[in-house]
Amino acid sequence: MSVNVSMNVNGRAVCGEVEDRTLLVEFLRENLRLTGTHVGCDTSQCGACVVHVDGRSVKACTMLAVQAEGAEVTTIEGLAQDGKLHPMQEAFRENHGLQCGFCTPGMVMSALDLVERNPDPSSAEVREWLEGNLCRCTGYHNIVKSILAGASAMRGGS
Amino acid sequence: MYAFNYHRPDTLEAAAAALAAAEDGRVMAGGQTLIPTLKQRLASPSDVVDLATVPGLGGVRREGDAIVVGAMVRHAEVAASAEVRAAIPALASLADGIGDPQVRNCGTIGGSIVNADPAADYPAAVVGLGATVRTDRRTIVGDDFFTGLFETALDEGEIVVSVSFPVPRRAAYVKFPNPASRYAVVGVMVADTASGIRVAVTGAGDSVFRVGAMETALAGNFSADAIRNVAVSQDALNEDIHASAEYRAHLVGVMARRAVAAAAG
Repeated sequence: MSVNVSMNVNGRAVCGEVEDRTLLVEFLRENLRLTGTHVGCDTSQCGACVVHVDGRSVKACTMLAVQAEGAEVTTIEGLAQDGKLHPMQEAFRENHGLQCGFCTPGMVMSALDLVERNPDPSSAEVREWLEGNLCRCTGYHNIVKSILAGASAMRGGS
Repeated sequence: MYAFNYHRPDTLEAAAAALAAAEDGRVMAGGQTLIPTLKQRLASPSDVVDLATVPGLGGVRREGDAIVVGAMVRHAEVAASAEVRAAIPALASLADGIGDPQVRNCGTIGGSIVNADPAADYPAAVVGLGATVRTDRRTIVGDDFFTGLFETALDEGEIVVSVSFPVPRRAAYVKFPNPASRYAVVGVMVADTASGIRVAVTGAGDSVFRVGAMETALAGNFSADAIRNVAVSQDALNEDIHASAEYRAHLVGVMARRAVAAAAG
């Protein structure tokens, strides 16, 4: 059965026709062509598909598009403003927080949810928070460094 | 994922009616187990009834000597709830250790207990704290709720509304998590409650179970030493690539002693 969904994605009202079983990540990537949200494992483990729904980080491969009806959704494409990277994105670039970059959108979106709850996390808290985000290249060290730097920048630090 | 019809009812009655009318209906709470199950084609319901917009299933509140958690309350909400952290910190910390942040942002207590995964954390809280489960039809004592592997006492189409946890004098939950999934290889809730000492084990068997010998020993002396020599039989315990039955039996003792020490401290 197909159904119309409407939601707000990155500040823009969008709607589209999906199947009841269409995943949020499929709607974002295929209907809206927002391909920054990645599908890594498709089994709810890797976190490459993390987006924010009503302010909470969720795995877009483990939510139906219809569940996000009426929701405020933010994807990685919604972070940069006027061509300027978000401080967390900038921190990943500065600190070499990525190698292949596949996991990066999910890492950034997950990190922003952490910083929202805990503006000044410790390195241990960052590592614990990244339980749901897998990276197969970096060994996480520079990702953690990036998130600490991004959090600091968001607090207005250097 | 096979096709299904999605429903988003606005009342509990409408949800029950949608389930009753469906050929093979399934309730969806947070979807964190159901959606992966559907994706793997391990389930193929004709209809999925989402409880997200049903009123009355949210919220955490104190009611007398109990903390009542709505069925649709997410793990992250329980973990962060000032009410829960003050009254039953063991419950808040249990919720904070489920899965990962994104799972905790979606997964719900109702969904978890209804699914009755043998390695889920919440069953240890329901049985270990002597909770009661309220449904749209009746109240079920926590000890009677879990009846087997992925099985509960719920009737066809019955919907969980809330879970009521009596506030214990002291309690702690300690688990040995699977390093990948964070499911409990073995998890033990130990609670000193108005109705006595309770020791509930998840992850080790088909379903959560109590260890009477430990409860008796702890009633006389609430210390880790009191249960040091209580042996747990490995008969009928789970065995998989992560842990043998013998290892799980050993872990029950270790986790129980850690939980007692944490609760007593």
